[in-house]
Amino acid sequence: MIKSEWFFWLVGAVFMLMALQMVTDRSNPKRLGTASFWGLLGACFFYSSWVTDKTLPAEPLGVAVLVLICLGGFNRTSKGVPRTTGEEQRTKLAARFGNKLFIPALTIPVVAMLCATLVSKWKIGGEPVLEDGSETILGLGIGAVAALGVGMWVLRERRVTVPLDAGRGLLEAMGWALLLPQLLAVLGAIFEAAGVGTQVGKVTEAILPEGQRLAAVALFCVGMAVFTVIMGNAFAAFPVMTAAVGWPVLIEQMNGNAAAILAIGMLAGFCGTLVTPMAANFNIVPAALLELKDRYGPIKAQAPTAGAMLVCNILLIYFFAF
Amino acid sequence: MIVLLGVLVVILGFATRRNPLLVVGVAGIATGLLGKLSPVEILRTFGESFASSRSVTIFAITLPVIGLLERNGLQQQARTLIGKFGAKLTTGRFLTLYLLVRQVTAAVGLQTIAGPAQSVRPMIAPMAEAATERRTGGRPLPEKVREKVRSHAAGTDTVGLFFGEDCFLAIGSILLITGLVNSTYDTHLEPLHLALWAIPSAVCAFFIHGGRLLRLDRQLERELVTANAAMTVADEDGDGNESGAGVK
Repeated sequence: MIKSEWFFWLVGAVFMLMALQMVTDRSNPKRLGTASFWGLLGACFFYSSWVTDKTLPAEPLGVAVLVLICLGGFNRTSKGVPRTTGEEQRTKLAARFGNKLFIPALTIPVVAMLCATLVSKWKIGGEPVLEDGSETILGLGIGAVAALGVGMWVLRERRVTVPLDAGRGLLEAMGWALLLPQLLAVLGAIFEAAGVGTQVGKVTEAILPEGQRLAAVALFCVGMAVFTVIMGNAFAAFPVMTAAVGWPVLIEQMNGNAAAILAIGMLAGFCGTLVTPMAANFNIVPAALLELKDRYGPIKAQAPTAGAMLVCNILLIYFFAF
Repeated sequence: MIVLLGVLVVILGFATRRNPLLVVGVAGIATGLLGKLSPVEILRTFGESFASSRSVTIFAITLPVIGLLERNGLQQQARTLIGKFGAKLTTGRFLTLYLLVRQVTAAVGLQTIAGPAQSVRPMIAPMAEAATERRTGGRPLPEKVREKVRSHAAGTDTVGLFFGEDCFLAIGSILLITGLVNSTYDTHLEPLHLALWAIPSAVCAFFIHGGRLLRLDRQLERELVTANAAMTVADEDGDGNESGAGVK
């Protein structure tokens, strides 16, 4: 059975290999800090496997995460001058390879699609080939590895260090922003453990108007969006808002259609995800990947759609769920 | 109520543009302490949730192959390809098309076939930029315009994903709803019903965001005109922007 842990190890190994390259990269003004950051992050990916199956304590990993926060937060990381091709060379290479360049890039989605539709149904000796519940991660992981193989074959590239160097350039350009999504998941867990959710639920209940259907629907949807903005994740907001307004008021008291209210309520939460820097993997990481000067560029592009969709979701529940 | 101060730390931190890593670290420790967690419990929560959230970083696995393709001219080829479609395929129309593809594929369960690392950076953003560059006669775009086009390329990907994936019944958010509601409220909801109720919002999202993207063409046009006027005044300044800031 192919497990998702294998791909976490692969990511960890790639980070650690790149860290080794970084140590000797004299073009990077902060090479030791940069190498420690990525090396430690890679090691954390391995150690985490034993934390998830509870064979090793989680506290040392917590300390390591704090060290990563300090390395990135106090500017101990930087980037070197990547050994790569220039604009002119690339134009020439593009002319030489032509549309063949798209073959490896499209290998990722094709393999991911095959994994999701075909391979996920395969069984060997009664056991599924792909670990249950991890099909999407596995599809992406297998797709990326396959694409690398296809890419090196199509481009007649024999040296493994070339893609490693090129990937490192992208990694260094993104810098610590790559760690942010996971840190925000950590913050969400702390919020949960400290009882932030329960408090927000109480505040919402206190301002709930009596018997006003439109106001109650609006409070549910806006509450989902606002709480999602705070937590960075609609999944964290959903149980709180459902317990405070969705179930007791909209569904039980006002006899609403549960499937409609809850499904559309979740989408109202997604409107919050579109505008919050807390959802770093959707909003901040793309800005880093595209090397935008304005870290909030994608959020600005999404905000008007998010606002209009919030209104849409309120109206959809109001008109169709009762 | 006092734990809500942790939320305030986050809001203030992001609003004053402090380093996000520090904001999150400080807010996490402060909220934990205010919520009466012991320092060891805080460390444990940090460790456990880091371990269980590794899947959001898995996209890093695509970076070597994307890097390899980029150094061999993938972005340049993406530009050439869009050039062959002629003037009818504007930035807004191209992104609307991508929105549709992203929504439909996500709705049938293919959420990971595209994304910021595997499609937006190497292909979608360069294509969107090249479609705008056609109006400047191949001159590099002014920085403000380029940032806007790239931001919209990223935004379209995210909007398409969010308002497509919930129409698929085996997606995390749908399973979360049924899992939570069926166990907590003693009822029975079918994932299929939830997924069907996500369709009206998905249609609205396509028309709202698609409409905005089509209007984007006119906005870009206006901004290019103002930028051109400024550039003829101070030509050297304008050309000082490196065209290949995204190409390293």
